[in-house]
This record gives sequence, C-alpha cells and structure tokens, in this order.
Amino acid sequence: MSSTTIGASSATRTQPPLLVAGPVAWMRANLFNSWLSTAVTLALIYIIARSLIGFVDWAFINAVWTVPKSPQGVIDPSDCRNIKGVGACWAVIGDKWRFILFGRYPFDEQWRAGICIALFIGLFVVSAMRRFWRKELALIWIATLFVIGVLMWGGVLGLAFVPQDSWGGLPMTLILATFGLALAFPLAIFVALGRRATTLPAVRWLCIVYIELVRGVPLISVLFMASVMFPLFMPVGLNPDKLLRAQLGIILFGAAYLAEVIRGGLQALPKGQYEAADALGLTYWQKMRLIILPQALRMVIPPMVNNFIGSFKDTSLVLIIGIFDLLTAAKVALAEPVWQGYSTEVYLVLAVIYFVFCYSMSRYSRGLEAEFGRSVRR
Amino acid sequence: MSGATTDPRMNSRRPPSRGFELSWSDPRLRALVWQVVIIGGVAGLIWYLVSNTMTNLQVRRIATGFGFLDRVAGIPIGEHSIDYDPAVHSYGRAIWIGVLNTLRVSVVGIILSTILGTLVGIARLSKNWLLSRLAAVYVETIRDIPLLLQLFFWYAVVQGLPAPRASLHPVEGVFLSNRGIKVPLLEWQDAHSWALAAFVLGWIGTASWARMATRKQEATGIRPRVWPAGLALMIGFPVLVWAALGAPFTLEMPVLRGFNFVGGLTISPEYGALTLGLVLYTASYTAEIVRSGILSVATGQWEAAGALGLRPGSVMRLIVLPQALRVIIPPMTSTYLSLAKNSSLAVAIGYQDVVSIINTILNQTGQAVEGIAMIMLVYLTISVSISLFMNWYNARIALVER
Repeated sequence: MSSTTIGASSATRTQPPLLVAGPVAWMRANLFNSWLSTAVTLALIYIIARSLIGFVDWAFINAVWTVPKSPQGVIDPSDCRNIKGVGACWAVIGDKWRFILFGRYPFDEQWRAGICIALFIGLFVVSAMRRFWRKELALIWIATLFVIGVLMWGGVLGLAFVPQDSWGGLPMTLILATFGLALAFPLAIFVALGRRATTLPAVRWLCIVYIELVRGVPLISVLFMASVMFPLFMPVGLNPDKLLRAQLGIILFGAAYLAEVIRGGLQALPKGQYEAADALGLTYWQKMRLIILPQALRMVIPPMVNNFIGSFKDTSLVLIIGIFDLLTAAKVALAEPVWQGYSTEVYLVLAVIYFVFCYSMSRYSRGLEAEFGRSVRR
Repeated sequence: MSGATTDPRMNSRRPPSRGFELSWSDPRLRALVWQVVIIGGVAGLIWYLVSNTMTNLQVRRIATGFGFLDRVAGIPIGEHSIDYDPAVHSYGRAIWIGVLNTLRVSVVGIILSTILGTLVGIARLSKNWLLSRLAAVYVETIRDIPLLLQLFFWYAVVQGLPAPRASLHPVEGVFLSNRGIKVPLLEWQDAHSWALAAFVLGWIGTASWARMATRKQEATGIRPRVWPAGLALMIGFPVLVWAALGAPFTLEMPVLRGFNFVGGLTISPEYGALTLGLVLYTASYTAEIVRSGILSVATGQWEAAGALGLRPGSVMRLIVLPQALRVIIPPMTSTYLSLAKNSSLAVAIGYQDVVSIINTILNQTGQAVEGIAMIMLVYLTISVSISLFMNWYNARIALVER
C-alpha cells in the first residue's frame, strides 16, 4: 500500500516523457504508425497542399474583386476575361449579389425580403431551443409566418404591394421549405395515425397507398404534376398561382416522408403507454393528443430535422418548373452576357449558403440525437 | 404467483361477444361510420377532380388516351442505345429509349457509388487521422449541398473543357473535350463472345468447387485450396478459348476529324456530368451507412476472431462483413432508390432520360395526364424492382435464428 502511494506522488511530480504523451507521440500513433500509414499520410499531405495552394492562388491571389463601371452603368469585364482560368472573378458576386439573394423583388423594397430572411432564421433558432418546445411554439410559428406573408406581399400598413411573380431568391427557398414543413406536418400526423389505425382497414390502406405512391416517384414528377396537371383539376376559368401549385406539390410530397418519420416515433413508444391511456378511459383523440403524440413527436425531432434538411435542399428542384428560388436567380444572373462563363464563382457562393443552413441544422440534430440516446440508455 | 393462473378471469381471454348494436358506443359501428365518411370524402374529391379534368380537356380540345404512342415522334435524341430515327420511329420508342437511358445512369451510378462509398466509409474508420478527417470532410460537405447545384457545377466543369482540337490527352487514345470523353472501343468479335461464355462457365465451376471445398472442410476440417482452381477456371480457361480462336484484339481509336472525333466510345458531357454528380453525392450517404454498419459489429467479435488466429483479411470477410451487412442492407436499399429517383434531375442539364423525353412529348401533345402517369409508372416499377431485389438479398443474408 505504502509503495503505491510513493509511486503515485512521484508520478504527479514528473511529467511523462514527450515520446509517450506529446504531439510527437500523437503523430506517431495517428499518422505514422506503419509503413502504409506513413505513405498514405505523405501522399495526402502532398495532394492537400497542392490543391490548397492552387485554390488560394485562384480564389485570392489572382482574383479580381471589382471591375470598372462606366457612369451609364455599363460594366467592363475585360479584367475578368484576362485572368479566366487563373483567378476567380468575384466581381460577378459584387455586381449580382442583391439579385441572387432577392431575385426580381423591387430593389427599393428588398429590405423587406431581408427582414423575412432574418425572421426565418430567428424562427429556426427559437424552435431549436428546448424551452420553447411547448404548445405555444405552434402559435409562434403561425404568427411569424403571418408576419412574413405581410412583409412579402405588402399592400397594408403603407407597404407597397408586391405580387408573388416578383418574389425570388433566398426568401423564396426559405418560404417553400418552411411553409412546406409547417403545412405538411398536420397532414403527416393524420396520415401516420391512419396508417396505424388497425380498426379502420380501409383508411389504413388509403394511407399506405398514398405514402408508398409518393415515396416511389421522384419529386420532379410531383412538381410537373403540380405545374401541368393541377390547372386541369380546377373548375374551368380558375387557375391557381404557379407558386401556390408548387407549394402544394412540395407539401404533398413532404407529408409522405414526414408521415413515415412520425410513424417511427409512434412505433417506438412502449405499448404500455397506449394501454395505460386506454385504461384511463380516454377517447382515441384524447389519448393521442395528451399521451401518445407529445412523447412520439419529441422522440422523432432529430429525424425530422434531417427530413427538413432534405426538403430544404429539394426546394432547388422548383427551378425545373420555372419558380424563382435561390438557384434559379443564380442561373438567371449567369445568363447575362457580361457574366457568362463565371459560373464556378456563383455556384461556390450558393454552395456556401446552402451549406451554412444545412450543416448547422445537421450538427444540431446530431447533438440532439446523442443527448436523447444518453437519456434512453440511462 | 400460482393464484394468478387459477384466476377464473384469466381463463376467458376474449370479452364475451356481443351482437352488432346500432349505437354510437359500439366501436365497430364507429369504425364503420368513420371509414365510410373518410373513403367517401376522398372518393368524392377524386370524382370532383376527374370531372373537372374531363371538362377542361374538352374545353381545350386535348385528346385523351394513349393513341399518340404510335405517332411519329420527331424528337431528336442524342444518345440512344437502340436504333432510333426521329422521322421514322414513334413516341413509344422514344419513351423506351428514355427508360433505357435512365437505367443506364442508375445502374452505373449504383455500382460506382457503392464502390466509392464503401472506400470512403472504411477510410473514415481508418487509424490514420488525416485520412479519416479527409473522408469526414468529404461526407459532410457533399451531403449539405443540393444535388442539382452539384450537377450544374459538374456540367459547367465539363463544358469548360477545351474544344476537340485542343482536347486534353492524358493517356493514349483517351481525349477529354467539351464534346465529352472519348475512349478506345474494343472491336467485338465472335472470339470475345466465346471467351465471355467460357468465363461464365468458369465462374459456375469455381462456385461448385468452393461448395465442394466447404463440404470437405466440414467433414475433415481441412479446406482444399480454392483460388488455384478459380484462377484456372475464370482466367485461364477464357484466355485459352480466346487464344484458340486466333486471339483477335483490335482497338477502335478515336480520331480527330474536322471539328469532332470519329470512332471510339463516347461518354457525352451530359451523361458524364450526371453520373459524376450522382455518384459523388450518393457515395457520401453510402459511406455513412457502411461506417455505421461496421461500427455496429461489437469489438468483442473482432477480438474473438483475432484470438482464433484469423488474419485481418479473413476477420473482415468471415466475421465482420456478414454481420455488418445485415445492418447495411436496409438503409442501402433506400439510398439506391433515391439514386434512381434523383437520376430524374437529368432534365435540368439536358440528358435525355425518361422524364426529359416525356416532358418534351407532353409539351408537343398537351397530354399531361398520360405523360405524368407514365413517368410515375416507370419510377414505381424501378422502385419496386430495386426493393424486391434488395429484400431477396436481405432475406438471403439474414441471421438464421434457431
């Protein structure tokens, strides 16, 4: 006993040798622990260094940041033409960023669209916070979406009216994704419950057919349906707006995937919860509203966030049916004769925008998943 | 404890059956009424939409039915794997070419993304810090950028290649230009067909040899070597057949003539960009599936296999992979399904897959209902086929529990 005490006290005084627990040891263990590993490390260092130097040269050192603009507003892109292939032409972003971000929204009113982007981000942040996970969150969503609608349309409170045809850019992407989720959510709950309603076989089959049919076809076919078939569905003379139809297509598509996620939560809930609710004499809707759904939905928040990331990325497909979202705005900006051929720069900026949104959401969902996993194991 | 089993209430498991009551408190009546109401509502909605559609079609003088399939198409199609002439062949044949083009992208995409994804997934588990970090960065970046944006990017890259006259020429016979990638094509002759047949025979022979080896191992504990027989049957035998038939081997080289190349095999810019984008995007999902599959195998399994004296390769092949596959296959199925569905983004970069061709037809004839029904039918068929195949494979490798 006494010998171990002596050993421990001497160990606290002397540091371990550098080769056992230092950066050198770490490198030995993680980068150079065998011949093969050393070769892989060296090859990768070479490749990474080469591409990094090439990228820095292209994006910063040789890049053109601005191009001269005549008083008449004519742009002279000859600086960019001269460095094509060697350096990036960031002048295209400097000239076009308002258009890419807000589309054809009237220039003087673009602050409204900017506030909408901020409101969307605020809505996501509030929804991510645990202390807002209550019934009031639904009210916050409804209120925020209402304010966003007022800001985008205008026509009241002295704001000039802006028709939907002029909306575009990032607000459009956020509108399609967020309204898509908010309106698909109630539908998805009913479909998920319907799929598990064993006492109602006809309803169950209806839900199964809907889910499997939608999940078996690509989003594009649903969007085509929304753009060319919905006008035929309506009574003669009534032609709903293009954006509305696309939004409806996204809702119907998203609800099928969301329903499967919610069904996962319903199935993962222990049977005892259902039986206990029945034993209390609750009706079916009381049981679902008070006992089952609050627990099941909480359980599936991480996969729901992942689902939302997917639909956020998928909204870019509306480009194919001619809706003016972020990607469409970028394509239109690139179609301008002056800026033709500088797609890499624009696509890179778009990729960064999408990445920031999706990556922060996926980090959040993974953190939540780990936390939920811990509490279940405990 | 024993009291509970003799409890008379436990003997009758079902509640006493009652006759059907015409009362709202009877759950069976409630269920019936709810179903009638819901199904009736949905049927009413569908009837309303269909009748509106019928009126609209009449008002707009749009024909109905699939009669247009036999009419001459007149759509130029760049890439067709079967014979096609827009002035002669019908809409039906054009659609069939579209289906084949979709399958061409999907099958190649599934194979390549599985290979790349598996490599990246294993790399992410590597002990080499740099390699695993690099794989992680790849997975995290690619997943969080929309596929459509990536496709546009790759298409712009391919289109940014130099013109055929100044094309990149990395290896003899391979040309990279903005008209696509040109590679030499083997002139197919009878000898090659016979060699292929010999290879198939050799494969069957090797499989039965391996089965015999397993039986012998079970009986005696000693496993006869399989690889020499496999080598001889699968490589030696076809080569022998090929040599006996005169060993023909001529490559059709692409040659620059005028403004474009003649001969050789062409990978068009659209097909190349689409396949590249799909493979890179899907591989990032596959990599995560493979990684979680391998991680799901308990460390004890690796250690136990090592303690039995198996080599690292055998540990992977015999112990880890069969267990990991059970976790990998179900999510892999949905990844394959989404790849097949994502191939429909071809329409955005001008590759003529089934969606793109039907979309053109739909604009020409105005028969939207039939066109979209056909798109959906094609994808449902592909989805169901992939699901059936993967379910069969999953059942084959599933754990046989006693």
